[in-house]
Amino acid sequence: MAKIMAVTGNEGVANALRQINPDVCAAYPITPQTELMQRFSSFVSNGKVKTELILVESEHSAMSACVGASAGGGRVATATSSQGLALMWEILFIASGLRLPIVMPVVNRALSAPLNIHCDHSDAMGARDAGWIQLWSENAQEAYDNTVQAFRIAEHMDIRLPAMICYDGFIIGHSIGVINYLEDEDVKNFVGEFRQLNPLLNTEHPISYGPLILPDYYMEFRKAQDEVMSKVSKVVMEVAADFEKISGRKYGLFETYRLDDAEIGIVILNSAAGTSKDVVDEFRNRGIKAGLLKPRLFRPFPYKEVGEALKHLKAVCVLDRADAFGGSFGPMFLDIATSLYPYKEKPLLINKIYGLGGRDYMPEHAELTLNELTDIVKTGKIKTFKEYIGVRG
Amino acid sequence: MATKLGLKELSKKEVLISSGHRMCAGCGAPIVVKMVLLASDYPVIASNATGCLEVSTCISDYTAWKIPWIHNAFENAAATISGVETMYRSLKKQGKIDKEIKFVAFGGDGGTYDIGIQSLSGAMERGHDMLYICYDNGAYMNTGIQRSSATPFGADTTTRPAGSVIPGKTEQRKNLTKIMAAHNIPYTAQASPSHWMDLMKKVQKAFEIKGPKFINILTPCNRGWRSKTDDAIMLSRLAVETCYWPLYEVENGATKITFKPKKKKAVIDFLKPQGRFKHLFQPENEWAINKLQEGIDKEWERLQKEESISIS
Repeated sequence: MAKIMAVTGNEGVANALRQINPDVCAAYPITPQTELMQRFSSFVSNGKVKTELILVESEHSAMSACVGASAGGGRVATATSSQGLALMWEILFIASGLRLPIVMPVVNRALSAPLNIHCDHSDAMGARDAGWIQLWSENAQEAYDNTVQAFRIAEHMDIRLPAMICYDGFIIGHSIGVINYLEDEDVKNFVGEFRQLNPLLNTEHPISYGPLILPDYYMEFRKAQDEVMSKVSKVVMEVAADFEKISGRKYGLFETYRLDDAEIGIVILNSAAGTSKDVVDEFRNRGIKAGLLKPRLFRPFPYKEVGEALKHLKAVCVLDRADAFGGSFGPMFLDIATSLYPYKEKPLLINKIYGLGGRDYMPEHAELTLNELTDIVKTGKIKTFKEYIGVRG
Repeated sequence: MATKLGLKELSKKEVLISSGHRMCAGCGAPIVVKMVLLASDYPVIASNATGCLEVSTCISDYTAWKIPWIHNAFENAAATISGVETMYRSLKKQGKIDKEIKFVAFGGDGGTYDIGIQSLSGAMERGHDMLYICYDNGAYMNTGIQRSSATPFGADTTTRPAGSVIPGKTEQRKNLTKIMAAHNIPYTAQASPSHWMDLMKKVQKAFEIKGPKFINILTPCNRGWRSKTDDAIMLSRLAVETCYWPLYEVENGATKITFKPKKKKAVIDFLKPQGRFKHLFQPENEWAINKLQEGIDKEWERLQKEESISIS
């Protein structure tokens, strides 16, 4: 395989799964995840992987079969989008509660109603508190790299938690971008052999998975889950350091762009971060100290590190590609506000909701936002805390 | 060689569901599980739908299961075991496991007829090498005797109680065994713990057949049936002898009735000892008993016809 290829994000992630070569994959078709699983299925049909595919009758059964397969004692993957993730929701908590390292690319798409197949982040945001690790990806390269790293993080013996890799449907999933592939052998060595932990398939040592736990111990289980979540950041950084050795590409808990000396800044996830960086450059060219922070590890959210990275700014806008209805602000805004709460000196914060159901996020949206932040710094006053942008009256 | 299904031989085998679990006294479900597991000559791995059996056999750090066991959720025992079975095939193909293992799912009628039917249908269609056992006690007993699609016509349940206007359940039960046979899987059967040899023969046979198998087992619940705690086996026998619950199997499309009562008893013999049908014996509800009897007669006739077609 040529190392540098022009491929869709879905093809890139399908190739990551081919290189990782899971033991079992259970999946159900949903736009815009379809291309990813179609490509992976052709790897299965053509003997490029050893994976046993379970072509289930719903996403609920996809996640249920993944739970069974993972408890069985092997490497397991699936992928979904939107309604599919919503249908899995019940079992997401069971996968994390049973501490099963299932890896799942989520090709972000809006939720119905109204029905819409295009990109926003409502699907993964709705599952952000399900006890899964979430890695978000700006482009095809990051989606590929995060998929490779996700297996190492999820299967780490200190962690053993399921992980989602989020990337934007159509914008990244179906659009052609550049991917610098790793060699098959390097990926194989990087992820390593799957290490079993209490495999159900060991009939010599029968164990019971999924007991009923009443008030006597339930809370201790939840506390243990909270504790393991607190260990994830460290593992993510260790895995990123190893990944840099084989790829030359550097990853952290989040990416900062011209943020160190910035006075105003944007916090934004996934593909829209790319557009925003261009606009940040334009503002810098005009002598305005603009910067950007793009979360990568969204769950567990690295509150402390994000707070440290943003606290010196004068004004920050969090751009959410999903709303948390009734929560007053977008889901990411709430996390950023929480990150900054401990600091006495902190930036003024505003929230904008953009790009729902595939509505284009244009450079002028970033421009409008940075102009507003400039005004806020000048006047010290916020006119609108939360606003929908790129929307009719 | 397969274990001979004699009491002497079976008494020497280890019982794989331990005593001390928290099922109600007189419940039919652990008897069914015990028989199913005793009938296997191979190591077995089980999945279990949420329900009485699940909540009462694995609480906190206690488990009654001496085999690997997994409970995932209510509606997905079939999909869950299909995942375990697929991982087994994957690891076996890779030479990482060499043992012959059998896979079984246990679900009640709520978790099978109703909320779990999609998961079950999907797993059967995909051809997994697994046996699904439905322990059918005819209502959502775990949550407090609510009506299910397996609840018999006329029965009193907490969500369709027999009242002054509505005399209990107004619909006929779903014929799940027939639905499963229509999947054209290699083996479908109906069994009852009263006929233990018949039940275990069917399970033993199912474990020898590659592919998806389904056995529906009538499982008395004295709490829901409002019957005496020591009547489980007697009631399941009456269910068979009245042809309310015919014992039969469908193997590769051929129907075979495995027990034919010498003289078919009237359904009232099955209804009488159960409090859930008490109201049907009021004069104004006589029609309901007649309707139940008609339904049973029709079904029994159909089954015999199917058998005769299979033979010819």
